[in-house]
Amino acid sequence: MKNLLKSRELWLGLGIIAIIFGVTFRAPSFATFGNLADIFNNTSMLIILALGQMVVILTRSIDLSMASNLALSGMIVALINAAYPEFPIPLLMIIATLCGLVMGALNGILVWKLNIPAIVVTLGTLTIFRGTIFLIAGGQWVNASELSDTFIQMTRHHALGLPLLSWFAIFIAMVFFIFMTRSAMGRNLYAIGVNPTASIYAGIDVGKVKFISFCMSGLVSGFCGFLWVSRYVIGSVEVANGYELTIIAACVIGGISIAGGVGSVVGTILGALFLGIINSALPVINISPFWQMAISGGAIILAVILNARGARSKGRLILRQKEADS
Amino acid sequence: MTDTSPKNTETRIVPDRLDSPLKAALYSWPSLLLLVAIGIFILNSFASPYFLSPWALSDATFNFTEKAVIALAMALLIISGEIDISVSGIIAISSTMMGVALQFGADTPTLVAVGMLTGLVCGGFNGILVTGLGLPSIVVTIGTMSLFRGISFIILGDQVYKGYPSSFAFFGQGYVYWVISFEFVLFLALAGLYYVLLHKTTFGRRIFAIGNNPIAAQFSGVRVNRIKFMLFCLTGIMAGIAAVLLTSRLGSTRPSIARGWELEVITMVVLGGVNILGGSGSIQGVVIAAFIMGLVTFGLGLLNVPGIVMSIIIGALLIGVIALPTLLNMARNRMQK
Repeated sequence: MKNLLKSRELWLGLGIIAIIFGVTFRAPSFATFGNLADIFNNTSMLIILALGQMVVILTRSIDLSMASNLALSGMIVALINAAYPEFPIPLLMIIATLCGLVMGALNGILVWKLNIPAIVVTLGTLTIFRGTIFLIAGGQWVNASELSDTFIQMTRHHALGLPLLSWFAIFIAMVFFIFMTRSAMGRNLYAIGVNPTASIYAGIDVGKVKFISFCMSGLVSGFCGFLWVSRYVIGSVEVANGYELTIIAACVIGGISIAGGVGSVVGTILGALFLGIINSALPVINISPFWQMAISGGAIILAVILNARGARSKGRLILRQKEADS
Repeated sequence: MTDTSPKNTETRIVPDRLDSPLKAALYSWPSLLLLVAIGIFILNSFASPYFLSPWALSDATFNFTEKAVIALAMALLIISGEIDISVSGIIAISSTMMGVALQFGADTPTLVAVGMLTGLVCGGFNGILVTGLGLPSIVVTIGTMSLFRGISFIILGDQVYKGYPSSFAFFGQGYVYWVISFEFVLFLALAGLYYVLLHKTTFGRRIFAIGNNPIAAQFSGVRVNRIKFMLFCLTGIMAGIAAVLLTSRLGSTRPSIARGWELEVITMVVLGGVNILGGSGSIQGVVIAAFIMGLVTFGLGLLNVPGIVMSIIIGALLIGVIALPTLLNMARNRMQK
């Protein structure tokens, strides 16, 4: 089993390297360190978000509200920054993260205490969060001229050759790696996904662990809301609209089984990088960016087929989790 | 405090007489929804003097009929335990294919056929991936959603197809009689058809059986995969019909057409009392939920409430109505203790 997992990530890694080589053949400047670092930087937020989504999917749930959560948290700090430019930036970061955490906890409470399926809860909160952005901002945008310079420069500072944004992604990926492989809670997340009923008998509070997983996905969404505003210098209702499905796509390509219990931090990161590389490779080899959507769609389908071949014996209905909730 | 398994010791009273069918119907989910719908209708007519005009009400139906047409088939699919996220992608590709056919000089019947056929092919593709390869429908259709819409981006890029023949405009803009639009009549007819299909035929019973326990259904001689495949095809055709209606109403095709509809359609189905885990639900509920969403959107629109704020209400409604039975149960249990 371990070997199989390893080989799946190896496979994906090789695929990414093959794409890089292939593109470099057409455009020699593609594989330079500067360009690859750029691609990584552009994919940083997707990596962070996909790791949050991974934790939720492992427990057989799904969080469709991440992109809306990100946009709302981002809008809140953008408004604070526009109104009080002197407000310290690290505090803004903490506020955004806490906002995200509260929204994630709301999802978690509804799933935990009211037993509503996660897909329904987050479908509802997806629209609620996005609507709230419109309410708190009065339908306005927050644009570059209103944001303070220190806020905008925040993600652009370079340290040791990489922008701060990339370092955030690397740091969070390491935290997740340690959490998933070295902590009891990390093991619990896998246990619930593999067999919820057995987990209950093993003394794991399934509802509570699900609640914690939603808190984590909310937390990273809030943090990315802060990063997004700083990186793209905009706060608006349209921020990251539809991005929730891209996040799930990154997870699926990274080998996370939507039926729960299967997946790894490394796979998720590779899944996100795969999408990032494709997006930046297309213009380089003169393929119209309009192909991007169809290609990532094809990649998702291919990834699901490959995932299913790896775990054929435990195919199960994805939406069925009645036994998990009882 | 020492009792660790309250569920097993809970006593249940078996009633001497079962509730009469009438009483059961009154307490059912659709009746509750109907009350909500009537409440919203009354509130709306007080809130705006324009609401009760027949033309305004007729306009209101355009808001939801296209989505509701898909919701009918989606309800069957969700009852069987699957889901189709790709419906908005199917609308995009169907509309694009109609545009392509138009460039080759297709007449109106051909355009409609092309739209519906594209939907059928896409639905069949989903069905093969899910039933043939045994893949989870939620991820497969997230993938095909990108794929279908992606193909229409490849074909169209930033271009627009327009110049549909004037006879084609009837489907989305025409009126059958006075203020009764063709779209609305079609929706009601399809709703009747789906009601009979789900609630009055063996095919419908099999869908419920599959949703409740696919393995037991399989062993009872239900061809689970074949029925699921048919349901995917059906959802595809419905998305194709919605594409015909929408393209006709807008008079043009862009690759970004109907973006985000999949979540609204699913909201409609779940609000209509269909269990997202499969196994239960009714067409009446879905139809009333469609009316509720249409009335809320339209009524608030008359009050100058922006669309995005209405989405908050729809979202809250979705969580609220599903949480309600659980909350009532919890309250009842607390009272009994």
